[in-house]
This record gives sequence, structure tokens and C-alpha cells, in this order.
Amino acid sequence: MPTAEKGSDLIFLPRENKGFAREVARRSGNPFSVCYTCLTCTCACPFVHAMDHPPVSILRMTLLGREAEVLNSNTIWLCVGCNSCAEACPQGVDTPAVMDALRQMALERGIAVPEPQVLAFHREVLSSIESYGRTHKLAVMAGYKIKTRDFFTDADVGLKMFLKGKLDLLPSKVEDVESIRRIFRKHGMDK
Amino acid sequence: MPQEISYFPGCTLETTAQENNRSMLVYLHKLGYRLAELPDWNCCGTSSAHSLNAGLAFDLACRNLSLAPKGVPLLAACPNCLLRLSEARLKLAQSPEKRARYEELFQKPFDPDLRIIHVFDLIDRASEEEIAAIVQKPLSNLRFAAYYGCMLNRPVSLARTRKYHGFLERVLEKHGAAPVPWSDGSLCCGTFLTVARPEVVTPMVDHIFTSAAKAGAQCIVTACAMCHMNLEVRVTVKNKIPVLHFSELLAIAAGSAGADRWFSRHLIDPRPLFRSLNLL
Repeated sequence: MPTAEKGSDLIFLPRENKGFAREVARRSGNPFSVCYTCLTCTCACPFVHAMDHPPVSILRMTLLGREAEVLNSNTIWLCVGCNSCAEACPQGVDTPAVMDALRQMALERGIAVPEPQVLAFHREVLSSIESYGRTHKLAVMAGYKIKTRDFFTDADVGLKMFLKGKLDLLPSKVEDVESIRRIFRKHGMDK
Repeated sequence: MPQEISYFPGCTLETTAQENNRSMLVYLHKLGYRLAELPDWNCCGTSSAHSLNAGLAFDLACRNLSLAPKGVPLLAACPNCLLRLSEARLKLAQSPEKRARYEELFQKPFDPDLRIIHVFDLIDRASEEEIAAIVQKPLSNLRFAAYYGCMLNRPVSLARTRKYHGFLERVLEKHGAAPVPWSDGSLCCGTFLTVARPEVVTPMVDHIFTSAAKAGAQCIVTACAMCHMNLEVRVTVKNKIPVLHFSELLAIAAGSAGADRWFSRHLIDPRPLFRSLNLL
């Protein structure tokens, strides 16, 4: 593949990767190629300042087949799915659904996650749901602290919440936990 | 005869935000509703399931739908649970393949008539007269900033479903409180990034507090228990005005005596403000 000369605005796109955008469209259930890059999503995003690529660039790079850059981006992990972009988009692009699809594809392809704390948090939440059928905040936070080996950040917050009775010691549980574990096994998400 | 409703509390209202749950049940009871908790409900999947595995998120939400009794609406109090359950219901309604898999997994037919509603829908049904009849202690002289967070946004699939712009302002005004005009009521609270990236969330939360106080609000009223927690936990500005669950205010206005117990669970104590207004 030719490379662009230094200082040139040209970019060369990988030809072999047309399937990437198609897979994202299929998995997100959203024909996001209708995006005309008006940047409404990006202006609406409350987290854009912390992202390495703004949402509009993720959409465009996906359409152009730049798979590695997209799947390694921290944007797909910082999107919380608040739907500010989806609500504002004049073309009905469901950017949070696209981000969901990209995140799951990055995991399946074994890509090193640039926001390991975000992934650790999600895994602890799912682990709590698998164990109890519900999220147990104390277990989630304890597990998260152990996984990230960060015992000091927010120790004061945790203590304050505990003293206010906001962190229950015992979990609220589903009786038929087996039916929950069956769902986790079905999707290969069991511990 | 009180009308029966099937109720999905969700993990946050069940535990961390019990004060939200209890005050809401008190208020709905006064409006004449009897809520029967959905038997053996499970977590809706929250942000983490759909972040990591679409199929898992869908099935977790579906299990709750499969437990819902026929003929009564299913009530959700948490905006995130409401979205997760509504999205699963919509997917089932649209896809025969998904319905077939659902029926195989849960050994029950999908109920196409199941209605999923939010607590705001229920409160909105009350007429002016019905509300006037239950207000015993009007929230006079209380100026609040209505904070919805991402609750006013919808994913594309649910774009045509009801949104709640202005609901808190309208309904709390009927209970004697005064909304302040401000423009930050639908900024995101930061949700789960509060754990993983607190340095991203803190400035957002501080901005919300500063903006509400500048608009003249004495307190911020939240629609979502997750927002409530993030606002209380992450604020670092000096002027920390109290953050109230909408249901606490409604229940106080309706004469409930539980406020002291609910307020003792807040990280920013609302009691001095409420005492100064003779509301406690």
C-alpha cells in the first residue's frame, strides 16, 4: 500500500476491510452510513473532551474501514450510552449502539483495552449479577478495588456511604439464581 | 378500590436509594395505587451488560418481562431500568425469531399487551383536584432546580416514546415548590465513569451545582437515583446545596412523616434547609 508523503493531506484506505463497517451496522442494528458528518453528536457529547477521537470520527473511521484505530480508541470505552448524541442526530444515527458493537468487537478480538478501569468495573457488575441476580454495590466496589489494586481513591467516599447506610453488607438476591447463571452460560459470560 | 400495579424496583432503589423507594411508595399509596413487587425480579442488566455482551443484556431484561403478571402494567422507577426493559420488549415485539428464543428460554409465551410505564406516567394521571386533595404541607418558598440527567434522551429505537420535559417543574409546582429556570437539567451526571474516571465526572458535577445555585435554587431535585448518588458523591464546590429525590418532596408535601429517616441517608444533609422553611 502506498503511504502518503509527509505533509500531504491524502490518506490511503485499506481496501480489504469493507466488511468492518458492514459488521458494525449489522451488530448495532443501525445503518449509520447515513451520517453526513454535521458534528451534532460530537457537540452534544458530555465526554468528548476525554476521548481520543470524537464520536463523529469514530463513525467516519468505521465507514472507511480503519478498524485498528477504531477498536483501540478509548472513545468506545468512555461512551456511557447517555443518548445525548442519538437524541440530537438529524439522521437518526444510533451512535451509542455503534459504540456497544465496537466495544464488543474489540473484546472478541482480544484488543488491549485502553481504559482498563472501565472494563474492570463492568466485569465486577456482571460478576455481582451472576452471583446474586442483582448488583451488590459493596461487592462491586470491593472487587473493583482488588482488580485495579487501587485501595485509596474514594476510600473516604466509600466510608461516608457506608456510615449513611448506603452500602448494604448483604446483597439483595434473586431466589432462582440458577436461571440467571443459565443465561450467563448461554452467552459464554460465566465466571 | 386501589389500582394494582406490578412494580420493578431495580437494584439501586432496592438498596442504595431506599429513601427514594420508600418515599415513592408512600406517595403512590396516597394517590391510590397498590404496588405488588415483581416476584423474583433481577437486575435489568444496567450499562455493564449492554456494554460487554448484547445477548446477555437482552436475556437479563427479558427474564423480568417473563415474570410480569398479565393484565397489569409493569412500573419501573429507575430511568435506566425503564430503557432496558422497554428496549427488550420492543425487540421481542419486532422479531419473531427473538420471540421464539424467548419462549424457549422462559417456557412462556411473550405477552404483546404488556405495558411498561414509568412512575412519572402514573403521577401524571392524577388530576389537579386529586393532587390538591392529598397535599397537606405545601412546599412553600422552596426553590428547586429540576435535574433529569440523560432521562430526557432516547435511543433511536425508542425515539417516538414519551419523554418527560418539564414534568418535575409542573408536578412540584402543584405541590407548592417553585422551579428556577436553568439550562443544565439534562446534562449527564457521568454515570459509571464516576468509579473508573472520577476526574472526568467531578468537573461535570461541580458545574451542575454551580449552575443550579447561580439560578437561585436552594436544592437540586433528581429524577434518577443514580444521578442522585453521583451528584452527592462527586461534588467538590463549596456551596453544596442539598440534592433531593423527586419522591421525597412529593411525599413530604403529601404529609408523610418519614422525611427525617430519608434525609439521614443523604451525604449532603437537607434538614437545615427544610427546618429553615418550616417543612420539617
